[in-house]
Amino acid sequence: MSDVIRKFTRNVPEWRPRVEPIRLEEATQEQLDALQVTPSNTKVSAYVLTLAHDVETLKVRSPLFNAIMYDKGGLSRAEREIGALAASMVNHCIYCAAVHAGRHAQLSKDTTVTDELFAKGLKADLSERDRAIFDFAFALSKAPSEAGPEHMKQLRAVGLDDAEILDLILASSLFGWANRLMHVLGDPVRKEAK
Amino acid sequence: MSSTILELSGVTSGSSLAAALDGRSNILEMTQTTEDAVLKPAETGAWSHDLRAALAARIAGLNGETTLADRYRALVSDSALASVADPLQSGEAQGVALVCAFMDKVAANTREIEASDISELQGAGVADADIVRLCEINAFVSYHIRLLAGVRLMKEVLS
Repeated sequence: MSDVIRKFTRNVPEWRPRVEPIRLEEATQEQLDALQVTPSNTKVSAYVLTLAHDVETLKVRSPLFNAIMYDKGGLSRAEREIGALAASMVNHCIYCAAVHAGRHAQLSKDTTVTDELFAKGLKADLSERDRAIFDFAFALSKAPSEAGPEHMKQLRAVGLDDAEILDLILASSLFGWANRLMHVLGDPVRKEAK
Repeated sequence: MSSTILELSGVTSGSSLAAALDGRSNILEMTQTTEDAVLKPAETGAWSHDLRAALAARIAGLNGETTLADRYRALVSDSALASVADPLQSGEAQGVALVCAFMDKVAANTREIEASDISELQGAGVADADIVRLCEINAFVSYHIRLLAGVRLMKEVLS
């Protein structure tokens, strides 16, 4: 299928499910509650309608996702996005990478870091702090055993405290989760011209 | 509420790591709630609680995360399913070879997953809802093992 995007991009693609999402008109009350569908909010993405097949998990996953990425304190939101992006690059989740590179650029008001990462991956020219954050998240995302003492010492050496390191672990692990839904259950495709 | 992560990482109270974990206690609680939703849902679809636990143990084992693999394996009460937890076994004897191969690939080689991996499951008669359920099991366990490994590494290196 030629419309499937294979390379990292900043342009957020459409997501085309490989399975049939639930139909809103056939949704159970539990599914409607998890989807937060109300008479004034009936717009639900194909991705969320796909996840609604497993409503018990969807219900608990969304608040957990929001807490890990947005709760106050600890690691800055932009740096959490580097953790998310590292995982998405390891797992080659084009959709997640586009969204979270965009969030990083927006939060840091700068596209340099994510441009470098998309162009050069592990060889990107980054600040010492971003380098330590990306390298640790990348290793942990490849396999838990790939993250070692040297990564941890480097995070400390560039100034991350325990709360910040914990947040980085959470953000990159969370994308080990998100990527295995987004990349596995659908394809990133070019947006059709409207 | 008990927490698998706190219990298995062995973080001692009073440490700066314990304080950091305490600061994210809401996240640890939600992680626990999700563990139950994924492993012991009321609506299981095609995958029983025992099979879910065995598949979770398989994914943890495949990643060398033995502590969590043991924890999940202990939840498998049907002895006929026990060997599904072993990543060296194909799952053929239990009739879940295709499911095991899919789970192994999603867990350890995510980037290589193609549309054909999904259509193969569909072709074998696995319902779409059950494919989503498999992905959620895999995705949650992938998160869980990394969170535990990360916290344990912090404890070993930084305290």
